[in-house]
Amino acid sequence: MTILAIDTSNYALGVALLEDNQILGEYITNLKKNHSVRIMPAIQTLMKDCERVPADLTKIVVAKGPGSYTGVRIGVTIAKTLAWTLQIPLVGISSLEILASGTGRYFEGYVSPLFDARRGQVYTALYQFQNGNLTTVEQDQLVMLADWAGKLTELSKPILFVGNDLPIHRAKIEELLGTKAIFASITEHNPRPSELALLGRDIQGEDIHSFVPNYIRLAEAEAKWLEAKGKISNG
Amino acid sequence: MKKDLLILGIETSCDETAVAIIKNGREIAANIVASQIESHKRFGGVVPEIASRHHVEQITIVIEEALKQANVTFAEIDAIAVTEGPGLVGALLIGVNAAKALAFAHNKPLVPVHHIAGHIYANRLVTELKFPLLALVVSGGHTELVYMKEHGHFDIIGETRDDAAGEAYDKVARTLNMPYPGGPHIDRMAQEGSPTIDLPRAWLEEGSYDFSFSGLKSAVINTVHNAEQRGESIAPEDLAASFQASVIEVLVKKTERAVAEYGVNQVLVAGGVAANKGLRAALEKAFADNSRVELVIPPLSLCTDNAAMIAAAGSVMFEKGIRAELSLNANPGLDIEIYNN
Ligand SMILES: [Zn+2]
Repeated sequence: MTILAIDTSNYALGVALLEDNQILGEYITNLKKNHSVRIMPAIQTLMKDCERVPADLTKIVVAKGPGSYTGVRIGVTIAKTLAWTLQIPLVGISSLEILASGTGRYFEGYVSPLFDARRGQVYTALYQFQNGNLTTVEQDQLVMLADWAGKLTELSKPILFVGNDLPIHRAKIEELLGTKAIFASITEHNPRPSELALLGRDIQGEDIHSFVPNYIRLAEAEAKWLEAKGKISNG
Repeated sequence: MKKDLLILGIETSCDETAVAIIKNGREIAANIVASQIESHKRFGGVVPEIASRHHVEQITIVIEEALKQANVTFAEIDAIAVTEGPGLVGALLIGVNAAKALAFAHNKPLVPVHHIAGHIYANRLVTELKFPLLALVVSGGHTELVYMKEHGHFDIIGETRDDAAGEAYDKVARTLNMPYPGGPHIDRMAQEGSPTIDLPRAWLEEGSYDFSFSGLKSAVINTVHNAEQRGESIAPEDLAASFQASVIEVLVKKTERAVAEYGVNQVLVAGGVAANKGLRAALEKAFADNSRVELVIPPLSLCTDNAAMIAAAGSVMFEKGIRAELSLNANPGLDIEIYNN
C-alpha cells in the first residue's frame, strides 16, 4: 500500500508518501508562489527520492478545500487525473481537518483550525480527538470570526487555534475568549501532508469523475444569479 | 514501416472542455467537446470562475471518452499536447495540470501548444498545408493575419488594436438585445436584411494589416441611440447587415492585399468567426478567380474551440522537438511567435 497525498489548497504546498505504517517522505513549503509551477515537480522529486514510480501507487488522497479556489482546483485536478489514469482510489479530505489533525492529538479540548477568508471572515470548523481519532464537532464553514469566537465561549473545555493566518485574528480571539484560547506553535501551522495521507488511508475511494473541490461558497456570479431569481438569499 | 504517431490533445482555455486524439498529425481518431455554453448563457457571457469549476467536473470524463472513441490506451499514445495559452488563466490551469498528471503517470512527453496555432492547424485536418501560407484568425478573442513560411513558424503581420471581431459581434448583439453568444444571431439577421446604413471601415494607416473594430462598434451603438431619441425605428436586420458588411469588407480586403504582397499558396481561415456565413461567402467570392491561391475553411465543428486542433498543432510541435517540463504553467498572455526558433 503506497499512498500519495497532495495539498495545494492554501499557501502551504504539501506532498507526502505513506507506505503501510510509515511515512516515506514529506515535502512542505509555505510560500506565496505558484502551485501550478511547483506541485508536479515536487511530486516527481519526492517519488524519485523515495524510489517509487507512479505504478507503485495504490491510492491518492487530496485536500479538497476550503481554501483558494484556484489552489484547491490545481491539487484536485492532478489528484483526479492521476487516480483515474492509474485506476486507483481517490479520497478527498477537508483542508481544515488536515490542520486540526497535525496538532492537538494529545490535547484535552477542542481544535479550531482556520484560514482567513477576508473581510473579518474565516473558514473554520471544530474538531476533537477522542481515543486518538479526530471527530468533527462543527462542520467546515465560512463564518465571521467574531461570531465564531462568540459561539465558542459557551464551551467548557479550552480551544486550540491553529493556522498560518492566526496573526490576523489572534487579538480578536484573545479579546473574546481570554484564557480559554490556546494557540498552536508556529511549527504546527502548516498543514502536514503526512496527516492528510493518514486521514485518507482507511477511507474508501469516491467516484473519481464526479469528484469536485469543496468550495463552501458558490461562485459570486452564480450566487447573484440565484438571488436575482429569488431562490435563495446567499450570505 | 513507421509506426503511427498518436497525440492526445487537451484544450480548456475558455468554456469548452475538450480532448482529442490525432493520428499522424492529420487524422481524427477521437474528438470530444463538452460545451458549457448552456451554463454561461444565463450570465450573458463566460464567467471565468464558473468555467474553471465546470472544467474540473468534466476533465476525466472527457479524457476517458476520447480514449474510448479512438479505441487506444495510453501505452499507444506518443505525447500529451495541451493548450498553454492564451485564454482564461483559471480555465487553462485545469487542462495544463491534467496534462502534466497524464504525462507523469505514463512517462510521456508533454507538448505545449499555443491556442491560435491550434486554430490554424485545424485546417490541416481538412487538407495538407502548402507553404508559404496566410492564416486569417477571427474569434471572440483574436483577429490576426499570420504568415507561415513553414510548419510551426508563425509571423503575425497584422492584429487587432482594440476589440477582436468576435467581441464586436457580441457587443453589437447585446445592443440589439440578442442573447449570448451573439455572433450567430447577427450573421442570421444579416442574411435577412440589407446593408443600407452607412458605417465606418477602419483601414488604419496605408499598408497596415492591423484591425480596429471599436469605432465600428461605437458607431452601431450611436446609430441605435440616435434613432431612439428621434423616435425612429431601424430594422435590426438592416443594422446587422450593415455592421457585418463593414467587418467583412475590412477582413477580406486586408487578406487579399496580404495574399498579393506575400505571394502565398494558401489562405487558411481559423477561429470561431470562421463559422460566419457572410464571411465564408465573401472570401469564397474574393478568391474564386484566383487559381494560384487555395482558400481553406474548416467545417464549423473545427472552427470553434476543440482539442483536435491542439493535437494537430501538437503533432507538428512534437516532431519539431518542442517539450515542456512538469513545471509548465498556464500562460494567459502567451505569444505565438515564442516557438519560432
Ligand atoms: Zn479559440
